[in-house]
Amino acid sequence: MRTIVKAVAGALLASTAMVAGASAQTKEVQMLHWWTSGGEAAALNVLKQDLAKEGYGWKDVPVAGGGGDAAMTALKAMVAAGNYPTASQMLGYTVLDYAAAGVMGDLTETAKKEGWDKSVPAPLQKFAVYKGKWVAAPVNVHSVNWLWINKAVMDKIGGTQPKTFDEFIALLDKAKAAGVIPLALGGQNWQEATMFDSIVLSTGGPEFYKKAMNDLDESALKSDTMKKSFDNLAKLKPYVDPNFSGRDWNLATAMVIKGDALVQVMGDWAKGEFVAAKKQPGTDYLCYRFPGTDGSVIYNSDMFGMFNVPADRKAAQVALATATLSKSFQSAFNVVKGSVPARTDVPDTDFDACGKKGIADLKAANEKGTLFGSLAQGYGAPPAVANAYKDVVTKFVHDQIKTSDEAVKQLVAAINDAK
Amino acid sequence: MTITTMPTARPEREAGAVSLRGKLQDALPKIVLAPSFAAVLVFVYGFILWTIYLSFTNSKTFPSYVLTDSRAYQRLWTWTFQSDPPSSWYTSITNLGIFGVLYIGVCLALGLLLAILLDQKIRGEGVLRPIYLYPMALSFIVTGVAWKWFLDPGLGLERTLHEWGFTSFHFDWIKNKDRVIYTVVIAGVWQASGFVMAMFLAGLRGIDGEILKAAQIDGATPVATYRRIVIPMLRPIFLSAFIVLAHMAIKSYDLVVALTSGGPGGSAWLPSNFMYEYTFKRNEMAVGSASAVIMLMTITAIIVPYLYSELRETNR
Amino acid sequence: MSAAATTRTGGGSSLANRIVIYGLLLLFALVYLIPLFVMLVTSFKSMDEIQSGNMLALPQSPSFDAWARAWGETCVGLTCAGIKGYFWNSIKMVVPAVLISTILGSLNGYVLTKWRFRGHKLVFGLMLFACFIPFQAVLLPMATILGALGRFGADLESATGWNWGFGNPTVNLVIVHVIYGLGFTTLFFRNYYEAFPTELIRAAQVDGASFFQIFRRILLPNSAPIFVVTVIYQFTNIWNDFLFASAYAGSGDVMPMTVALNNVVNTSTGVVEYNVNMAAAIIAALPTLLVYVVAGRYFVRGLMAGAVKG
Repeated sequence: MRTIVKAVAGALLASTAMVAGASAQTKEVQMLHWWTSGGEAAALNVLKQDLAKEGYGWKDVPVAGGGGDAAMTALKAMVAAGNYPTASQMLGYTVLDYAAAGVMGDLTETAKKEGWDKSVPAPLQKFAVYKGKWVAAPVNVHSVNWLWINKAVMDKIGGTQPKTFDEFIALLDKAKAAGVIPLALGGQNWQEATMFDSIVLSTGGPEFYKKAMNDLDESALKSDTMKKSFDNLAKLKPYVDPNFSGRDWNLATAMVIKGDALVQVMGDWAKGEFVAAKKQPGTDYLCYRFPGTDGSVIYNSDMFGMFNVPADRKAAQVALATATLSKSFQSAFNVVKGSVPARTDVPDTDFDACGKKGIADLKAANEKGTLFGSLAQGYGAPPAVANAYKDVVTKFVHDQIKTSDEAVKQLVAAINDAK
Repeated sequence: MTITTMPTARPEREAGAVSLRGKLQDALPKIVLAPSFAAVLVFVYGFILWTIYLSFTNSKTFPSYVLTDSRAYQRLWTWTFQSDPPSSWYTSITNLGIFGVLYIGVCLALGLLLAILLDQKIRGEGVLRPIYLYPMALSFIVTGVAWKWFLDPGLGLERTLHEWGFTSFHFDWIKNKDRVIYTVVIAGVWQASGFVMAMFLAGLRGIDGEILKAAQIDGATPVATYRRIVIPMLRPIFLSAFIVLAHMAIKSYDLVVALTSGGPGGSAWLPSNFMYEYTFKRNEMAVGSASAVIMLMTITAIIVPYLYSELRETNR
Repeated sequence: MSAAATTRTGGGSSLANRIVIYGLLLLFALVYLIPLFVMLVTSFKSMDEIQSGNMLALPQSPSFDAWARAWGETCVGLTCAGIKGYFWNSIKMVVPAVLISTILGSLNGYVLTKWRFRGHKLVFGLMLFACFIPFQAVLLPMATILGALGRFGADLESATGWNWGFGNPTVNLVIVHVIYGLGFTTLFFRNYYEAFPTELIRAAQVDGASFFQIFRRILLPNSAPIFVVTVIYQFTNIWNDFLFASAYAGSGDVMPMTVALNNVVNTSTGVVEYNVNMAAAIIAALPTLLVYVVAGRYFVRGLMAGAVKG
């Protein structure tokens, strides 16, 4: 017993002894994020090195899991405890929630100096600027309305780029006839809903997408066009293999890479898998916009939310924000990550063919006003609504909701309930 | 419950002599218990009150302390009866019913069986025990993946058996919205039954050998000895095991996420998934809190009568 | 401790019985080992092989690459030095938390069975019900309190030059795990001591033994099996806790092993290296497995009546 007590006391002393000076350093950024492994971490490391050159240290707070869910839980706990990080990776509406709670800092001066107002696309600014104050620095722009196609399979079945939804179905039929799985899909709610974003844009066009998926206009949500979108989703179901349910997105991508499947509908992070497998765009795989969505871009974006830190930590924060939106970092980071820069004036020289197309598309969509937030990825509506939407789509895909009529009814009810 | 009856343990105080030291001695047991009890009162019951309070506000991303109404409960109430298509809440609570009963029942039965078998003076007990226990040690975020592959018809068991020539074998529960919850039970039992075994083994090892000898001398068969003497003596261990399993059943969150990612159409959700989703992911903290309160009330309704009968029993 | 166990019921029975017993035990052992088999096999495969095939097939050209990467190279956030450095963070948090909660639990169990007072059942019932509080519900209020403790620590530091442990993430985790482990440890010991013969306690009291003397000389020597169970339970739960650890100790220098492992495994949009993940998971579980094997040796039969005589 006595030895046990001694052991406890010893262990306690040991753990308290190395505590001194746990308070935040002023020449250091404390950064919460969920880019913890492989390519993602490598991409972020560029930023760490950029800051080191300016003499700022990097205190890493990485919390992976659930596409940022675990990190957001940790962030809530940190804010509740009053320990604000210098910055945190955040998505869309979360930035605005925290800003409304009054815990975000103000970067307007830096933004003015660096000209963010002009270079960052206006739809993104909706999430980075709260009541006229810059509270976040966007890192990248992902877009979700892409098709990823195995070129060898495409050649084998003699397919060409589908321009309309009907052509897409015809292409899938060809693959099916050739004995390949036509559509690689992971049956998890966010993957299904991400695909459905593209289907709605393809079925209803840009204006309808905005009305239904960003403005949540009830007449659009219960319209026949929305019903037709669900019909189109139902049309895709027979082209999916029977084991799709629960599959991770990267396993679905692997099916395309290996040639077991023809095509995957997925955001441009899927490109990272092709790159890791040493595949070349144009020769090994093809990237097309989802049929019928050319000219529009459905985006989501990673942002670094900047917290209201004490004055002595502000300089480090400004350095971080400036480095994040510098052209050199935007290019270096996004080449690795598969996304495109969050400012439209970054040269595309280092990007591959798909990246170049992505940059050009983003610029064009921004100018034409056809750059829309992805509802599935949390850029169309607050999380409560976005998840209610995912619920309905996944229940429709897995036959818990049986008809398109019922799906539209459920969608309207679920979104009204969650608003 | 005749075997375990024993006199109430209440050491009698010496009459008279009420010195300060004596008083201190008398109070000592309470002083020892007090810090633990106080911590539990504050950090458990205090926080339960906080949760109840939040459930009557319109807290969203952050706690809000302005009492509003009972909308959170009204929504849960509506969802409770929404079975076609099933609401997430409806799925969660029906799944908990299936999962809770099977998980606790199978773990108890299997744990007891393994403990009794291991208690037969087995050679290599030291090797077998960790084999039954190791699933507890591994984090489920990774073993979940191993299970997911094993149960996946295209990757694991079914494919292997097909390659061996048993082409009629079919096992796709993990892809089936009505069966997926049973795969969660399988993985859950695998993870926890070893620990239940350890608890029963400790109980068996704590039983006074004299009692068993006496039974043998009386001519009782081994089965009868276990059924009539040993298992009744393990009753307090059943209580411990039940509490541990019930708590794990209610808190099984990562099991569902890692194994099924929520299941086809969210069909594998348990209430803890619901609670986490609404509190932290959907930023509807009031609904999350209300669901926590409902869960605690349900647990109270089940556990309290059980506790009452158990605790009354032991103090006759 | 002598392992002078009594003959088990029906012990030394016929050969057929023994065969059935061993057969069942081995069968269960095999079934329990399947997931470990999948993990081990995967950890020795290359990524190409994993993606191309059957999860149960043996590796074609086994390699330790994944193990080496998991141990010393893989990225945990921006630090790419493997998971080896995170053991110490976990150990210095787990060991005190397990010891404190176990000792408090055994004392509580002793009081609640052998020194009963008015209302002891209510106290026990309340402590037991505490096991059921969902941790998601306590995450934020606990964070608020720990934040206040941290500010108190900062004040102390400016006054005395040392923060006395207040606000230290490791100490915070110890506090949290002790508090939320108390219900279980108390439950285990209380239910074990419930069956302990009260006559022995009485006899010792008559001899003039004090509260702590009785505990140390009579109960503790007979508590080995339940200590094993409690330590196993607490060690496993605290080692594997992710929710509290990620919320209260997420930064790279204090991060416990589970958070590190999770960061290796749970990439969001990056390439998933399953072989490294599996190897990392097994490495991360080694201390717990070690506890199972070592603690398991004390799974011997209690001495009971013999303790007092001897």
